Amino acid sequence: MEDVANLMQGFAVALTWQNLLFMLVGILLGVLIGVLPGLGGANGVAILLPLTFTMSPTSAIIMLSCIYWGALFGGAITSILFNIPGEPWSVATTFDGYPMAQQGRAGEAMTAAFTSSFIGAFFAVVVITFLAPLVARFALKFGPPEYFAVQFLTFCSFIGMSREPPVKTIAAMMIGFALAAVGLDTVTGQLRMTFGHTELLQGFDFLIAVIGLFGIGEILLTMEEGLAFKGVKGKIDPRIVLQTWAKLPKYWLTSLRGCLIGCWMGITPGGATPASFMSYGMARRFSKEKEKFGSGHVEGVVAPETAAHAAGTSALLPMLTLGIPGSPTAAVLLGGLLIWGLQPGPLLFVEKKEFVWGLIASMYLGNIVGLIIVLTTVPWWAAILRIPFSIIAPVIVVICAIGAYTVHNSFFDVAMMLVFGVVGYVFKKLKYPLAPLVLALVLGDMAETAFRQSMLLSKGSIEIFWSNGLVGTIMTLAVVLLYWPLMSKVVEGWRGGMQPFRRNKGAGAPPPAQ
Amino acid sequence: MESQAEGRAAAGGLATRWVELVVALVIVGGGALVIKDSMRIGTDWGPDGPEGGYFPFLTGWSLALSGLWLTGHTLWNWRRMAGQVFASWSALRPVLAMLLPTIAFVVLIKLIGIYVASAIFIGAFMMWQGKYKLLPALAVAIAIPAAVFLLFELWFLVPLPKGPVERLFGY
Repeated sequence: MEDVANLMQGFAVALTWQNLLFMLVGILLGVLIGVLPGLGGANGVAILLPLTFTMSPTSAIIMLSCIYWGALFGGAITSILFNIPGEPWSVATTFDGYPMAQQGRAGEAMTAAFTSSFIGAFFAVVVITFLAPLVARFALKFGPPEYFAVQFLTFCSFIGMSREPPVKTIAAMMIGFALAAVGLDTVTGQLRMTFGHTELLQGFDFLIAVIGLFGIGEILLTMEEGLAFKGVKGKIDPRIVLQTWAKLPKYWLTSLRGCLIGCWMGITPGGATPASFMSYGMARRFSKEKEKFGSGHVEGVVAPETAAHAAGTSALLPMLTLGIPGSPTAAVLLGGLLIWGLQPGPLLFVEKKEFVWGLIASMYLGNIVGLIIVLTTVPWWAAILRIPFSIIAPVIVVICAIGAYTVHNSFFDVAMMLVFGVVGYVFKKLKYPLAPLVLALVLGDMAETAFRQSMLLSKGSIEIFWSNGLVGTIMTLAVVLLYWPLMSKVVEGWRGGMQPFRRNKGAGAPPPAQ
Repeated sequence: MESQAEGRAAAGGLATRWVELVVALVIVGGGALVIKDSMRIGTDWGPDGPEGGYFPFLTGWSLALSGLWLTGHTLWNWRRMAGQVFASWSALRPVLAMLLPTIAFVVLIKLIGIYVASAIFIGAFMMWQGKYKLLPALAVAIAIPAAVFLLFELWFLVPLPKGPVERLFGY
């Protein structure tokens, strides 16, 4: 119950006029970012990060996280009205959302999407409220091997859960690790992979990579697809909202399943995108009205939206408690925390109590404010999408360039952003996933430090990762997740047979040495 | 037959298999570079623990091996991928129409500062790609940098790169 008292104090922190204003601004900016092609949660927050340096950390993180909630909401608008997923996790929403809009049920689809998003996010915030302090308390006992094991789990679940080819996921991840190693090695003081270029001394900042890969890369992709927005008119009538709300309780099981899938995928972290697909697939499999899916069925909007938002929100749990972000956007928020001198991790819950609980309280408030805002302002956002791309595209490029420059006040970063943009375009087209690259770039130094310290403890023996129950469990879970696709295939193949499990246990045996 | 398939792909656009192959080879090369550099600083066990190249060495090998795998995978499926197009030539044209001006824009930032470069970039792109008249293009081209100037230089006090024009106004 101590947590509830802490949460109430958090509300007192978050509920000042100033913070409510930042919340409102954040949500509006977030929806705008979510609606515009080329700007998403991750790079939008990255670009706006420098603007918050003059604010107090609590206000700043409230605004930035509200931008994130806004972006999560905004992605659904373009999916439903224009059949263009504003964010990757909204792809599954287009399956039933756009057909509904074509049938003149856009208002119903959007109400269902926003409400489900809200429910998913709310569920995840409740999970964070009660689980985060426990995880943080637990993580206080973590040593370097445990930290490395959790990071290993992060990367294994990316490979196992990814919808992209696993080898490409590994390649993308290793590029991230290699880029993270560039620059001054803080342990030995040696220069690594700078090849005599002074610009590389600082290494690559992941914010630049995020802005380039997701921003410029997305713009190039959009140009290629020849964006002609042929949208359906978007307007939400209060009567339709009430009618839709009356219908939604029927799908409580789908919602609950979506919440659980989302929280699991957000924390482990598989990410919001696979969560939304998985939830959609499960909803269809278990539905009594299977044939309706894909032709404009409300349940087909409820399932992915709930899961995506539960995942997007719960991705903040490992970021706050362990300092390990579950998604690129969570990584950018983590970068922000570091800049304000707040070290995410278990100690944050002890040392900066009012900050943590203020943030958690703002998650509740931000999602309520967000739901009200998106329900009332949809026509505006739809109008923004009707601005021709020949105006929007150069403006977004300018915004990205400014964002890249302000990270370190360096022109070199702007040039690097361009390089990352081309890489992002090619990788997206060849199905190399970008999220593991960014996360490896963020976590590279941390993972390396944890690995080195573990090796120091064990004098170079890998066995330290199985030296006690805790670290061994995490590592084994990681290996299981890594081979998950292989295992589920084997299980599928043996279905009906008597010996499915015993057989494939051996398949997951040797863990690849990282 | 091989050359026929090639001809078809070439007529339609950039063949996927070539892009896959080049990217995979670049990954192998990148991995080799990482391995080479980590060997330079030592990948072994120093007097006080793992040397600086210890972790990058493993990274480099993983990178190079995944690149080799992808190279092999592409070559193995070379014939099956014959018809696949990375992007048709007609689709690549708008991509270049975006990319080349963006490169020019970045170079301009270096030369004359970000505000004037943005104005030129937005205005020129609108007139060239959007076929706008001079007046609306000029309006957007001036409004956006002006808004950025207010927001960054004056309100949030974040300095952006400036050039001779800004100096005329005393900034």
